[in-house]
Amino acid sequence: MAQRDPAPSQPAAPGAPSVSLTIPVAPEMEIVATAQADALGEYIDMGRDKIDEVKLALVEACINAFEHAHTEDNQVHITFRVGGRREAGEWLEIEVLDRGRGFDTAGVESPSPQKTFEERRRRGWGLHIIKSLMDEVQIASGEWGTRILMRKYK
Amino acid sequence: MNETCRVSVERRGDVAVFWTDGYINNQGGEEIAREAYSELDRGARALIMNLEKTRIVNSIGISILIEVLEKVMERKAVLAFCGLTPTIDKTFRIMGLAQYAAIYPTEQEAMRAVGAPA
Repeated sequence: MAQRDPAPSQPAAPGAPSVSLTIPVAPEMEIVATAQADALGEYIDMGRDKIDEVKLALVEACINAFEHAHTEDNQVHITFRVGGRREAGEWLEIEVLDRGRGFDTAGVESPSPQKTFEERRRRGWGLHIIKSLMDEVQIASGEWGTRILMRKYK
Repeated sequence: MNETCRVSVERRGDVAVFWTDGYINNQGGEEIAREAYSELDRGARALIMNLEKTRIVNSIGISILIEVLEKVMERKAVLAFCGLTPTIDKTFRIMGLAQYAAIYPTEQEAMRAVGAPA
């Protein structure tokens, strides 16, 4: 049975300092968004390698929206938040929201190197990469669009 | 803005060394593929790709590199990567590219491994 999630009604981390950015669905706009992740990662002194992981996860979330969402407003809305205490694990959180047609989150087939090389099914890695690179990931999708919420601890 | 990667190639005997600079997405991947196929057609037996000036390769770019790898394997040639950031290395391993292509920390090590002329 197709799984369609309700639209998230609450902000992911109320009160956390945030920066919002809306990018058009256009080639290389995902790289514009990564500049913000870079700046906020540096703001909380996150290591360079972890910032690179956040940036790639963000790129994958954006191109997923660009390719599959078919948004009417032709935009992707991104909110960056930082939080946590210095001694108890600061984090950088990114919410990527599109108002497209959504997808069945339970019906996403897991990719594998075997499928990629033996069956030549090379695409479909985006969500798997996001989950591999980030510490926490929530994906909700429905007729209202898709929200990917991902967090990386410093 | 134009973040798409620049690709340069130098031939050392029958080994072609590629240097990328910038973001590897579909366009960057296709540029690498064009150059790689050209070098294979010109008889290269090994391709070394030095990615030290690239910090992001997205999944579309990697899927194109996998196509290049398959073409290299069809031609009984060798593909090696070097200069990968930890994130790119990790992503290559996740997608299985590292199972079929060699990865070396430095260009010198890759050159030695494929027996390239100094």
